[in-house]
Amino acid sequence: MPDQLVFAMEVFLNGLMAGVLYALVALGFVLIFKASGIFNFAQGVMALFAAMTFVGIQKGQVPFAHLINVIFGTKIHHFGWELHSIIAIVLTVGVMIILAWAAQRFIFRHLVGQEPIILFMATIGLAYLLEGVADLMWGSEIKKLDVCITEGVCLPQGINIAIDEVTFGWFGYGFFIDNLDISATIVAIILVVCLILFSQYTKHGRAMRAVADDHQAALSVGVSLNFIWILVWSVAGFVALVAGIMWGAKSGVQFSLSLIALKALPVLMLGGFTSIPGAIIGGLIVGVGEKLFEFAIGPMIGGATENWFAYVLALIVLVFRPQGLFGEKIIERV
Amino acid sequence: MFYREAGDFKTSYAADTQTFPIKFDRYTYYLALAVAFLVLPFLVSDYLVNAIFVPFLIYAIAAIGLNILTGYCGQVSLGTGGFMAVGAYACYKLMTSFPDVSIVIHIILAGGVTAAVGAAFGLPSLRIKGFYLAVATLAAQFFLVWLFNKVAWFYNYSASGQINAPERTVFSVPVTGANVEPWAQYLICLVFTFLCAVLARNLTRGTLGRTWMAIRDMDIAAEIIGVNPLKAKLTAFAVSSFFIGIAGALFFAVYLGAVEVGEAFGIQKSFIVLFMIIIGGLGSIWGSFAGAALLVVLPVLLKLIGVDLLGWPPDIVQHFQLVIVGALILVFLVLEPHGLAQLWRVAKEKLRLWPFPH
Amino acid sequence: MKMKTLLAMTVTSVMAAAPVMADLVFPSLSYRTGPYAANGIPFADGYADYFTLLNERDGGIGGVATRLLECETGYNTEKGVECYEATKGEGSLVYQPLSTGITYQLIPKATADDIPIHSMGYGRTSAKNGEVFSHVFNYPANYWDGASIAVNHILDEEGGDLSGKTIALVYHNSAYGKEPIRTLEELSAKHGFDFTPIAVDHPGQEQKSQWLQIRRERPDYVLMWGWGVMNQVAIQEAANVRFPLDKFIGVWWSGSEVDVLPAGDAANGYKSLALHGTGSDFPIYADLQQYVVDTGKAAGAGDQLGTVLYNRGLYAAMLAAEAAEKAQEIHGTADITPSMMRDGMEALEITNAILEENGLPGFGPEFSVSCQNHGGDGLGMVQQWDASAQQWNMITDLIESDKDVIDALVTEDSSAFAAENNIEAGCS
Repeated sequence: MPDQLVFAMEVFLNGLMAGVLYALVALGFVLIFKASGIFNFAQGVMALFAAMTFVGIQKGQVPFAHLINVIFGTKIHHFGWELHSIIAIVLTVGVMIILAWAAQRFIFRHLVGQEPIILFMATIGLAYLLEGVADLMWGSEIKKLDVCITEGVCLPQGINIAIDEVTFGWFGYGFFIDNLDISATIVAIILVVCLILFSQYTKHGRAMRAVADDHQAALSVGVSLNFIWILVWSVAGFVALVAGIMWGAKSGVQFSLSLIALKALPVLMLGGFTSIPGAIIGGLIVGVGEKLFEFAIGPMIGGATENWFAYVLALIVLVFRPQGLFGEKIIERV
Repeated sequence: MFYREAGDFKTSYAADTQTFPIKFDRYTYYLALAVAFLVLPFLVSDYLVNAIFVPFLIYAIAAIGLNILTGYCGQVSLGTGGFMAVGAYACYKLMTSFPDVSIVIHIILAGGVTAAVGAAFGLPSLRIKGFYLAVATLAAQFFLVWLFNKVAWFYNYSASGQINAPERTVFSVPVTGANVEPWAQYLICLVFTFLCAVLARNLTRGTLGRTWMAIRDMDIAAEIIGVNPLKAKLTAFAVSSFFIGIAGALFFAVYLGAVEVGEAFGIQKSFIVLFMIIIGGLGSIWGSFAGAALLVVLPVLLKLIGVDLLGWPPDIVQHFQLVIVGALILVFLVLEPHGLAQLWRVAKEKLRLWPFPH
Repeated sequence: MKMKTLLAMTVTSVMAAAPVMADLVFPSLSYRTGPYAANGIPFADGYADYFTLLNERDGGIGGVATRLLECETGYNTEKGVECYEATKGEGSLVYQPLSTGITYQLIPKATADDIPIHSMGYGRTSAKNGEVFSHVFNYPANYWDGASIAVNHILDEEGGDLSGKTIALVYHNSAYGKEPIRTLEELSAKHGFDFTPIAVDHPGQEQKSQWLQIRRERPDYVLMWGWGVMNQVAIQEAANVRFPLDKFIGVWWSGSEVDVLPAGDAANGYKSLALHGTGSDFPIYADLQQYVVDTGKAAGAGDQLGTVLYNRGLYAAMLAAEAAEKAQEIHGTADITPSMMRDGMEALEITNAILEENGLPGFGPEFSVSCQNHGGDGLGMVQQWDASAQQWNMITDLIESDKDVIDALVTEDSSAFAAENNIEAGCS
């Protein structure tokens, strides 16, 4: 087989993996948009906040330590404990639920029935607020993120040797697939399966779908909108935590983590704002597309095309399908 | 008491449709103009001009531009930063290619170039609507920034890709470059802002503005009553980009003097201008000014209070600033979703009857 | 409008209220927030602590107390302008803009205001030519020196022959990242190696394509001009694709603890250029402990001592303090102005004796500044990360950059700037 084709296959596979990571972020957007019609710009910052909280709880950091030290002149930093990853995850989910409740109680309950642009704006305000709070709470230095189930069994990173050897046997060139990406894919699959099971087979899940279909009708059969919205925001918070951990494992937990939202937007446009399978397939298309474009065309035009390629691709698709590939058909009546 | 209409008779249609129909309003406006043009230039210092007035005026132009597109024509755009970059780079290329032509002409031409680019990126708006369009305009943002970073012709092949504004004069007073006086910087921005605001006000209340608003309120209905959506949307994109281009040119040439595209015209710029018009009020020229003023002055004010008066470490103040700006946006939206302009209108209604509301 | 004037009045009154003190004012345009906070905090702490030390131990410089004006820029050019305007009225002696973007912006402004700028290891490289850039200093070394030092280090490793080798450059796609490309192209022509630039777009969270390309093309060495999150991801990805990390060399802004720690053990062996000594094994740290840390006057959280960027802050502060002392000496007054400070910087001479006197023996190169040369001699070292001991080790002595190549480039770029801005080059 010619080399270029083998390389392209490797790029393609890596694109798929990157796509899964994009889809993870996009999933949070879709959940909230479906249930409440809110385009939640704060999803990226939520991922940052969740990851910071996770590391903070795990490492036993004192929240708001810097602020307390400045005001009271104390010198506190750590409680002096290290928690098991799973306990830290559970506690972080608790924090995200409180956050969901607070967002609902203090912000979105007062904005029911407003135009979408106003709701969108509110989430931008929320993003700012959350970013400031996250920094005040946990400090803005880079934190190393470790997720270990038991001593020594941690989130794997680096080249997967088995795939490298097998593909070397086939093509004479070992493919590079990152273990972290493989784990992310597995986690994403589990997450999506759980979400599907939850929304198909549980009472609250069905209520959630009912709300997504028609607020008024759901309300009239006795579904509590308030509860469902808190639930959806909590689920989105959990998805944000998973995305935050996966991305944070690569780069350490730091401010730039909130910028992954920008990677998710073209995924949403492609897949449609209202479709969970759309988010996943959109993610895969964007991942593969941008990697292959960078591989094939990038060197000719100077590289670093990945920032805009996904957007331009999505723009072109939208011109032909204005609701995205999987979005609900937009019906307009006068 | 202040806003008395009694005895304020209008005898012509033109008089009735003027921008400030109430006498008190009109005189306040004239007074404000007089202060801005005749008094402030003698008072301003380097700090006031560079920290408050010039950014305020430039952001006001950009906000007016975006407000035409988003507030009047209903097309949400997140490409403002990219279009400002077009204005800045067009201005730079013109400044360095034709050094003998006046900078004023260059800035206006830069607006024209941006209008053309904006109209081109506006084409998809004929098919794409709502949030899909908002995200689609991000394509313009990222692509344009990448382009200016990549193609060396745009920055005259300089080693690092930064562009520097050389010295240019208006009536032999330098307005760009190192030796510019603060009042000159202030005045050139003020003149542009004033002209843009007058132009925008008159465009938006004329035929063009009405077709935009018809499209905003319901595009299908507008189409049925004979508004051409192609023409309306593209003119909105072009006019909006024209203003944004002028803002970008001033931002580069007069305010910063040296610009690196990814840093100065990144996605952050697009968001901040959008915040301005939403906080100020969609579909209101006054609101564009109010929003720009709030978002320019607030951080400076918070910094002065936090760092200089309370003596807190700057990083904590900075974090609090994020929290406060975020909270403020939320509080505003919860209390008054239509922005400062609506608040102002409500206050005016009250003042008309004050002190005898019944 | 009314609200605005009112605000303007408050602002003016606050500004006017700032007292005129006979201190030596050193502004610090820091960034403790935003995407680069992790890099900005240690530098700002080091810069602040050094001046605190001078005040506590020596009573300031030449008997005059120093005052640090910290202003948060968040690495944002607009805030940088605001900070500059807010602090320049207080008699600020020298600016450390700490951002290439802000430096470019301040070059004309500060020159017109007669205030010197010291952009140490960043900013506009051709500012080395003091005949054109009278108020800008970038000693002890600049990016082009950095590129050349890295290539010279590789030459040493390879026994002096690079023909047929490939060197790739992974760079942040911005003004900063593009700086070394020109130099590396010249050097590749001179030494006969192949040069591949690979751009990473801001912020650099996702670099799979770039590292797959490196894995495919197997360059012999990879250089990196990275900043912020890009550094951590690049080091992690390099380890992931099993690129030998001792052939991966970052510039001095890609070589601090925060860059390697997130990758854990995988980062072992990664190299970076160094402007100055590493670690806390210098006599000055005893004084810092005694006068600054123990008295509770340490800046920030006080937990950055001994890190690479903290040391860089100390170094920058030390050079500024030495220049101030020189200025006092030249002008015979303890109370110097920014203009005198500029003269002091231009006459600055750093010798080993001076370094030792300041408790930093062998910390940086010896160099002297002149009107023709604002950039020092372009000396740098290479350090390597030891992940098990969690510290940087210096592995080379001072390496000299290739003057033939760089001086020509400096002259070319600075004369282009001079022509564009009608500056008459020359020493006064």
